Amino acid sequence: MIAFLINRLFQAAIVMFVISLLSFSIQDNLGDPLRELVGQSVSEADRMELREELGLNDSFLTQYFRFAGKAIQGDLGTSYFFKEPALEVILKKLPATLELVFGATVLIIVISIPVGVYSAINPSSLFSKIAMGISIIGISVPVFLTAIIFIYIFSVELGWLPSFGRGVTEHVFGTWETGFFNLDGLLHLLLPCISLASIMLPLFIRLIRAEMMEVLQSEYIKFAWAKGLSPRRIWFMHALKNTMLPVITVGGVQIGTMVAYTILTETVFQWPGMGFLFLEAVNRVDTPLIVAYLIVVGAIFVITNTIVDLIYGLVNPTVKLVGEK
Amino acid sequence: MSFLEVKNLEVSFNLHSKSLKALQNISFNLERGERLGIVGESGAGKSVAAFAILNLISRPGKITAGEVLLDGEDLSKLSSQEMRKIRGNKVSMIFQDPMMTLNPVFTIGAQMIECLKAHRKISKSNATKIAIQKLKQVQIPSPEMRMNQYPHELSGGMKQRIIIAIALLMDPALIIADEPTTALDVTIQAEIMELLLDLCESNNVALILITHDLGVVSQVTQKTIVMYAGRIIEQGPTNEIINDAQHPYTQGLINALPQQTLPGEKLNQIRGSMPSLQDIPSGCSFNPRCDFVLDLCTQKRPEFTQSGGCSVACHMVKAMKDAEKGHSAHE
Repeated sequence: MIAFLINRLFQAAIVMFVISLLSFSIQDNLGDPLRELVGQSVSEADRMELREELGLNDSFLTQYFRFAGKAIQGDLGTSYFFKEPALEVILKKLPATLELVFGATVLIIVISIPVGVYSAINPSSLFSKIAMGISIIGISVPVFLTAIIFIYIFSVELGWLPSFGRGVTEHVFGTWETGFFNLDGLLHLLLPCISLASIMLPLFIRLIRAEMMEVLQSEYIKFAWAKGLSPRRIWFMHALKNTMLPVITVGGVQIGTMVAYTILTETVFQWPGMGFLFLEAVNRVDTPLIVAYLIVVGAIFVITNTIVDLIYGLVNPTVKLVGEK
Repeated sequence: MSFLEVKNLEVSFNLHSKSLKALQNISFNLERGERLGIVGESGAGKSVAAFAILNLISRPGKITAGEVLLDGEDLSKLSSQEMRKIRGNKVSMIFQDPMMTLNPVFTIGAQMIECLKAHRKISKSNATKIAIQKLKQVQIPSPEMRMNQYPHELSGGMKQRIIIAIALLMDPALIIADEPTTALDVTIQAEIMELLLDLCESNNVALILITHDLGVVSQVTQKTIVMYAGRIIEQGPTNEIINDAQHPYTQGLINALPQQTLPGEKLNQIRGSMPSLQDIPSGCSFNPRCDFVLDLCTQKRPEFTQSGGCSVACHMVKAMKDAEKGHSAHE
């Protein structure tokens, strides 16, 4: 376990190095940062001086190593727009995004497993056919469209749910600002979470159904029937555990992807999270903020994948984590 | 009344509104402690017959006619819950490929204990004791350690021993073994077969052995059924069938054994192959491959004829028997 984590940490360092190199190299190609900093009225001579002062005339490598040296100490530069450390700006918005992703993940798990399992056990039932039909639609309709349709139906026409923002939030554990512990916050979470889940949910229903159907055909399931076990035990213990192995692997990657999808969802719902902030940063050519965002998202990817690998090792006895005896 | 009576069992598979009969007119009896071999080429319906006894035919197949009487109780009419009490309890099964039969994500112990718990109220520690005792019976070294191991940590032969131990857990009266040694190394095959035979003999367990290995059948079983294209074509005492086969198909199977050929000679084989269920020939289904085919064989399905202790479905055998009878009547 420890050896696995050390091994993973080493891999993570390499991944983060590549991400930082890539995101830093964007910086030079997103227009002139000075224009954002000082506006129109500053003379060309002053600009040159400022440029020299900020080190923007140094070679790419010099600039990168200066950036990387600071980045290791947690300094990803100062946002041009907020005039605050970029990392702090991002991390302040992180809870909102994580809550959105967490809510969507819970929805996906709670819905996809029962629906996938049921439609694998009864593949020709009406419910299963309807679920498969809807899931095709869900996969094909883009998130922003789903989100707009939901807003139209549930906020505009029916007036049941709020259409934007986080609603009432509370501070818990010191700095964590959350909408989880009051009704208004939860209601605000509902539509964004459903929209965000709408892409992944059908994918998981189909994945679980297909995997489960294959597992149900296997010899060990036939043997389980021949042992006289109850259907519930065969479906939910013997078959489901084997079904979940590939699903966990795919799920790990998809949670990371979902963080990326929040850009669309947060924009439509004016959700004050990281994704929304990122889009604003792109519009303002706030390069330190863009770089900080990319690095934070990269770190989230690495962390979730490590956790998923750990879980996979626990579920699948035939896999041994690197370094385990 | 026999311990197991199968009467006119028929299994059909419904495919695209067409119904294919995978088994027809299967009838046989088995006494307690008796061992029966079912032989035939691939596709003859041997495994379907085995699964049909436990009512484990998976969709789209189902039992469409006949009875399976176990101690007088018709298994084919039981509800799925009542059937569950029979499976793994009074009748257990051993599958073909031990590599695929055990669930890869559960320990050996868990897979044994759950079977005991499914059939009776028993504490975990007692179940563990019984499981270890059964593992000892199948001669697994250090059984306590195996309980906590996963299937991938064991060899094929070891896994098949464990599967036999699982089959024995509830002290069944009947074990159905579907080609239990086919997937194993030749060196292990004899060991496993001997173990199975010993256990059946010492516990007075009846055995239905499905195989295409006539050598094994002759060593292990007292009765033999030969199947072709979903039907029984010959059945009787094993020694009669092996030494004096009547049906041309059974003769062909026996001649195909390597022992029947001198070194250096080409091995015998039955020409052609088993027809698919969709185009079974009219008359005797074996007629296109038979060397002794008569006109009658392509027109009419043969009825069973008694020949010694065997019953044989063959026009030629019937004709010969009739001729013998006529001959003796003349004298």
